[in-house]
Amino acid sequence: MFPSLEDAYRLAPELLLCAFGMLVMLIDPFVPRARKSAVTGLGVLGAALALGATALPAIHLGTAFSGLLRIDGFSVFVHVVVGAVALLVILGSEDYLAREQLPQGEYYALVLFATVGMGVMASAQELVTAFLGLEVSSISSYILASYRRNVPKSNESALKYFLLGSFATAFFLYGVAMVYGATGTTRLEDVQAAVTDGKAIGLLLTLGLGMIFVGLAFKVATAPFQIWTPDVYEGAPTPVTALLSSGPKAAAFALLLRILFVAFPAAGDTWFLVVWVSAALTMFVGNLAALVQTNLKRMLAYSSIAHAGYVLVAFSARNEIGIAAVLFYLVAYALMKLGAFILVAQLGGAGEQRLEINDYAGLGEQQPVAAACLTLYLFSLLGLPVTAGFLGKFYIFKAAVNSGLLWLVTLMAINSVIGAYYYLRVIVVMYMREPQQKWTPAPFPPAVALVLLLTAAGTIYLGLFPSAVMSFATQSALSLR
Amino acid sequence: MQSANLLTAITFLPLAGSAALLILRRDDHAWIRLFALLTACAEFVLSLLLLRGFQAGNALYQFEELHAWISSPPIHYHVGVDGISVFLVLLTTFLTPLAMLASWPSITTRVREFFLMMLVLETGMIGVFVALDLFLFFVFWEVMLMPMYFLIGIWGHERRIYATLKFVLYTMFGSILMLIGILWLYNLTGTFDLPVIQLLLQTGQTTLTRRAELMLFGAFFLAFAIKVPLFPLHTWLPDAHTEAPTAGSVLLAGVLLKMGTYGMLRFCLPLFPDASRRLAPYIAVLAIIGILYGALVAMVQPDLKRLVAYSSVSHLGFVVLGIFAFNNISIQGALYQMLNHGVSTGALFLVAGMLYDRRHTHLIAEYGGLATPMPVFSALFLFVCLSSLGLPMLNGFVGEFLILLGTFERHAGWAAFAATGVILSAVYLLWAYQRVVFGDVTVEKNRSLPDATRRERVILFTAAVVILFMGISSPLFTRRMEASSQNVLNQMARPQSYLARSAGAPTGTLAAKPSPPAAQDAQQGPGRP
Repeated sequence: MFPSLEDAYRLAPELLLCAFGMLVMLIDPFVPRARKSAVTGLGVLGAALALGATALPAIHLGTAFSGLLRIDGFSVFVHVVVGAVALLVILGSEDYLAREQLPQGEYYALVLFATVGMGVMASAQELVTAFLGLEVSSISSYILASYRRNVPKSNESALKYFLLGSFATAFFLYGVAMVYGATGTTRLEDVQAAVTDGKAIGLLLTLGLGMIFVGLAFKVATAPFQIWTPDVYEGAPTPVTALLSSGPKAAAFALLLRILFVAFPAAGDTWFLVVWVSAALTMFVGNLAALVQTNLKRMLAYSSIAHAGYVLVAFSARNEIGIAAVLFYLVAYALMKLGAFILVAQLGGAGEQRLEINDYAGLGEQQPVAAACLTLYLFSLLGLPVTAGFLGKFYIFKAAVNSGLLWLVTLMAINSVIGAYYYLRVIVVMYMREPQQKWTPAPFPPAVALVLLLTAAGTIYLGLFPSAVMSFATQSALSLR
Repeated sequence: MQSANLLTAITFLPLAGSAALLILRRDDHAWIRLFALLTACAEFVLSLLLLRGFQAGNALYQFEELHAWISSPPIHYHVGVDGISVFLVLLTTFLTPLAMLASWPSITTRVREFFLMMLVLETGMIGVFVALDLFLFFVFWEVMLMPMYFLIGIWGHERRIYATLKFVLYTMFGSILMLIGILWLYNLTGTFDLPVIQLLLQTGQTTLTRRAELMLFGAFFLAFAIKVPLFPLHTWLPDAHTEAPTAGSVLLAGVLLKMGTYGMLRFCLPLFPDASRRLAPYIAVLAIIGILYGALVAMVQPDLKRLVAYSSVSHLGFVVLGIFAFNNISIQGALYQMLNHGVSTGALFLVAGMLYDRRHTHLIAEYGGLATPMPVFSALFLFVCLSSLGLPMLNGFVGEFLILLGTFERHAGWAAFAATGVILSAVYLLWAYQRVVFGDVTVEKNRSLPDATRRERVILFTAAVVILFMGISSPLFTRRMEASSQNVLNQMARPQSYLARSAGAPTGTLAAKPSPPAAQDAQQGPGRP
C-alpha cells in the first residue's frame, strides 16, 4: 500500500504548497527586514507553482491513496479556484503587512497551509480525510484571523471564530461518526451504496447527515449558523477577510456538494427541504442585516452571507445544472469579493481607519480609478449585466427554474433587489456626496494594482464571455456522478 | 440593399465614442462637449440610413444580424428592426444630440463623465430596441439603468439621491421578475431567440398552459408597466423626472418610458395573446385611470417639471390603451403617439430646462409675463405646448386621434373616457403656459431675462420642425408601421396564422429555421413538460 508516483502526481498541488509553506517559514528568520519582499516572492512562487501544478492531477485523473482522495474534474476546478485565491491574496497582502508592521513569513506560510486544507477538502472521497482538510484549513484561518495581535477587536473576533469554529468541526466529526455507525463505512461511494441498499440505519443516518450539514453550514456561513461572520470579517485583517470570504468558502461548498451528491443522492428529499429553507433564510438574514450597516467591511460580510444563500438556491436545484451553477458562481464570487476586500484593505489606510461607508464620500472624484473598480465589484455583487456576478446569478436562476423552484427563485429575485439598495448606497456615497476628508491620492503598490486589474478584468471577462469557464464547470459537475 | 453590420454600428458607435472620450483631457470641457455632440450627430445620420434601406410593406425583421455569443445556454447576438422598433431607434438618436446640446451650459462639473454616461445610455437604449434575443434584450435593459442612475444621482437637483435610488430599485424589481419569466420561457422552448420562440408558439410546437401563460405574461408585463409607468406603479416617475438634469429628463420621458410600451407590443401581445386578451379590460381601466389621474394631478402641480412629468403618465396611458385595444389603427396610433410623446414631452423638458438655466427654479409661481422679455422663446414654448395637447396639424393630434378612433371601433366606452383626457391636457398645459408667459412680470428678476440664445433656438426649432413634419406627413410613418402592427395582431390570432403558414406563406429568413444549437438544447431541456 505504498503510495505510487501516480498518487504523488495527483497530490502535486498540495505537496508543493506544503513544501513552499515550510520553506517560507524556514527562510524567513534569515532574511533581513529590508529584504522581506524576497519572502513574498517565495510565497507567490509557491502559490503560482501550485496553481500551475493543477495540470498534473488534471492529466492523472483517478483515485489516490487507496481511494481516500478522488481527483476528478470537479476537484481540479476547485483547486484552480483556491489556488488562484491564494495567489491573489498573497499578492495583495504584502503592502498591508508592511504597513501594519506584521510579520510576513508566517502569514504567507499560513495562507499556503490553509490552501492545502482547501485542496484536500475539494478532492476528499472519504469523510475522515475531508475532516483533515477541514481542520488544516480552519486552524490556519483561526491564526490568520487573529494576526493583528495588538488590536483587541481582532483578538475578540478570532477567539469567537475559534470557539464557534471548533464547535462546528466537532459537529462535523460527530456527524461522520454517526454516518459510520449507520453504514459501517466513511467512504462516500460505500455510504451511497449502503443508503441505496437500505442497509443503513435510517435515524442515525439522518442525524449524521444533519450534523455534517451543520458543520459545513457554519463554514460557509449560512443561516442560522452565520452569527460569527460579521464580527470575524470585521476584526480580521482585511486581506485575510478577502481570503476567508472566497477560498475556504469555495472549498466548503465543494465538500458539501460532494457529500450531498455522491454519498446521499438517495436521501435527496431529506436534505432538499433543509437546503431550501436554509437558502431562503440565509438570503433574507444577510440582505436585511446588510441594509443597516454603516461599516463597509461589515456590510460586505453580511452581503457574503446573502451570497451563500444564493449558492444554496443552486444546491436546491439538485442536478448537474445546479452544480455547474454553483461552481461558476464560486469563481465569479471569489473574483468580486476578493477584489473588493483587497481594495478596501488598501483604501482603509494605516490601522484600517477608513472603513465607515461615509468615509468614502468623494472618492469618485479624488481617486477615480479606485472608485471605478469598487463600483465594478459592487455592480457585480448586485448582479448587473456585463459582470461575472450577473451571469453567476443568471445560471443559478436558470438551474432553479429548470427544477421548477419558482418560489425560491422569486425569493431570490426579491433579495437581489434588497441587495441592490445597499450596494447602490455605497456608490451614492462615493460619487454623489461631498467629501468629508481629503483622500491623499497615494499611488497603489504594483502588486495590489495587479490584483485589482486581474479581478476587475476577470469580472468583466466572465460577464461577457462565460462560455469557457461554464463548460469547464459543466464537465466538472458531470464528474461528480 | 442592406448593409450587413449597420445595426451593430448604430448600436455601438456611441459606446466607442464614450471610450474615446476617456482619451481627452478631463478639464478640456469644450472639446469633450464637441466630441460627444459630433458622435451623437454622426449616430443620427447613421441611423437615417436605416430608413433608406427599410422596406415598408415588410413585417419581418430587417437588417438582421445573428452571431453565436454564449454557447451554454445557447445565446446569440441577434439584432434586427421592424416597423415597431425602427422609429424608436430614430427617436433615440434624434433626442440624444438635442439633450446634449441642452446640457451645454448647465453641466459644469464632471463634464467628461456626464457625456460619457450619455453615450453609454444611448447604446443601452438602442440595444433594447434592436435586440431580438431575450437574453441580449435583458442585458441592454439592465445596462441602461446604470448610466441613468449616475445621471440623476450626480447631476440632478436637490432630492436626486432619493429619486435615483427609487427609480433604479423600482425598475430592477420589475426586470428581475422578467428575467425569471425569460428563463421559464427558455425552459419551455429551449431558446432565447425571439423569432424562434414566436414561431414555436405560433405553430403550436410549444404550448403554454393557461396558468403558465398568465404568469409569464405577468412577469413580463410588470416590468414593462413599471417602466411605462402604468397607474398605480407610476410613483417613481415624478421624482425621477423632476430631480434629473434636463438631459436626463428628456431621455427618461422621451425614450425610457417607450421601452415599456415597446416591450408590451414586442413581447406581451405576440407571445401571450390569450392572457393579453383576458387581462385587457383591467389594463385598459388602469390606463384610463392613468390618463385622467395624470392629467388631474398635473393640473395642480406648482412645479413646471413635475407638471410635465405627470402629463407623461397621462399620455402614456393613451399609448397603453391603444395597444390593448388590439386594433390595427389603435396600435399604429399608439406607436405614433410614442414618437410624439418623445418629441413633444422631450421638448417640454428642454423648455423647462432653459427656464431653469436662467432662474434655477421650476416653480411656475416664480415666472409670469415672460412674453415681454423672451418673445421668441415664448412662441416656441407655445408651439411645443400645442403639440403636446394635440392640436390638429401637429404631431400629437395624429397619435391621439388614431388611438381613439381604433379604440372606439371596439370599445366605445373606453374611448369616451379617454377622450376627456385630451380636454384635460389642454387645460393643464394652457393654464401653465398662461401663468408662465402671459400677464404682468411679477418677479422683478424676470424683467431682464435674456431671450433664447442661438443654441437654444437651434434646439427648439429643430424640435418644432419635427413636430410640424410629423403632424402633416404622418402617412410617411404609418405606412412603415402598418405591416408590423398588423403582424402583431396576426400573431395574436394563433390558429389563423398557423393555417396561413402551412399554406406556404413566406416566413422570415432567419426566423423560419430555428438555429441548430437552440433546437439541440430544446431536446435535452429537462424541464420540458
